[in-house]
Amino acid sequence: MKDFKSRLFSSEARLSDLITAYPSLLSLLTRLDISLGFGDRSIADVCEASGVDTGFFLLICNVYTFNNYIPSTAAILGTDMTGLVPYLEKSHRYYVDKRLPHIERHLDAIAQKLSGRIGQVFISFFKEYKKEVEAHFAHEERDVFPHIRALMTGERDKTYSIGEFLHTHSDIEGKLDDLLNIVFKYLPPQVDDDNVLDVVYDILRLSEDLKKHTFIEEKIMVPLVKHLEKAVLS
Amino acid sequence: MKQRLLIVEPSELIIEGLKSILDGQIRFKVLEPEMSADHLEERLLAAHPDIVLMNPTLVDNPTRLRGDQPLALVALVYQYVERDVLKNYDAVVDIRDSRAVILETLAQVSPGEVDASKSSYELTKRETAVLVQLAQGKTNKEIADALNVSVHTVISHRKNITHKTGIKSVAGLTVYAMLNNLIDESSLL
Repeated sequence: MKDFKSRLFSSEARLSDLITAYPSLLSLLTRLDISLGFGDRSIADVCEASGVDTGFFLLICNVYTFNNYIPSTAAILGTDMTGLVPYLEKSHRYYVDKRLPHIERHLDAIAQKLSGRIGQVFISFFKEYKKEVEAHFAHEERDVFPHIRALMTGERDKTYSIGEFLHTHSDIEGKLDDLLNIVFKYLPPQVDDDNVLDVVYDILRLSEDLKKHTFIEEKIMVPLVKHLEKAVLS
Repeated sequence: MKQRLLIVEPSELIIEGLKSILDGQIRFKVLEPEMSADHLEERLLAAHPDIVLMNPTLVDNPTRLRGDQPLALVALVYQYVERDVLKNYDAVVDIRDSRAVILETLAQVSPGEVDASKSSYELTKRETAVLVQLAQGKTNKEIADALNVSVHTVISHRKNITHKTGIKSVAGLTVYAMLNNLIDESSLL
């Protein structure tokens, strides 16, 4: 833990250097309202021009990049978190509208090559998973996010308590890892084509992304909301 | 792989004691404890623990909790508990047990460890038999009855299947079974 401080990104760095070093952060930019074409400007400058809080941007980038980095409650409370719920919502849309359909197209092509019933079982496994993910996100958008929004405006919202969240927060990456194993280990050799390789990369990327998403919800959102609940109710 | 351990116990004192005993044990990851059984089923689905260490007075029918999850149930007792109740559990921890005995008991119900020593990654005949039944939608209890083994044995087979294939969900294992021609299409639904 001790040398994290020296490794975490600072606002003075060029955004392009950050992306060159950690290209996977590219997928975060649109979700954080930053468009490409930022040239050689520093992280602070780009954030300011895009209306994104620099501290919040760095917090998310640091969490995505450094696996063992858990921001302290003090660091969370010291950051402007108004962007958190919009960011989480945009991430949901990114997964549901972009990543999952993309993966599904590849899987459909793979299923075509599997004999009848096996192809059906294979694709319905994914469709079931997709439904679970959508239900998971819908619950958060219906119950959890409005609660946070209310608390952030100082409203005493007692309809929901974040204590319930951890109890019911289910794992949405598990089945994706099952799918990954099925696709790259157990598909018969005759379906070995570009779709298989493409979808393996896509699943790996989505799985990593979802793990970070869960991490942000459990290690940043929950402590923040617990604090807000206490502050607003006292 | 660390064993995910869920403590279900109303006494904060006992919870803290157990946590301090388990603290620093690389074998176990202690999950946020439950102080009542009110939301236990949802919690089990969400947290998918490997071991549940539970005060048996909280739940009437613990076998129901297993659902289709490979789960070891350990009773946590601090007074006399009827034998009939305890037979639903895979092991018993008495709060008067020493630290070493508690750790040993928990280690024995965690089947993941046993498997690590095995060299073959192929499913054994027994594991294949369990897999086929799982893919047909049978519960652990039904599989145990069909194969004439204990539920605990079925759970350990399931852990090994998951350990070898990397696939956890029953739905995923069904796809695996089909792709490997272990079940034919007509046996599904």
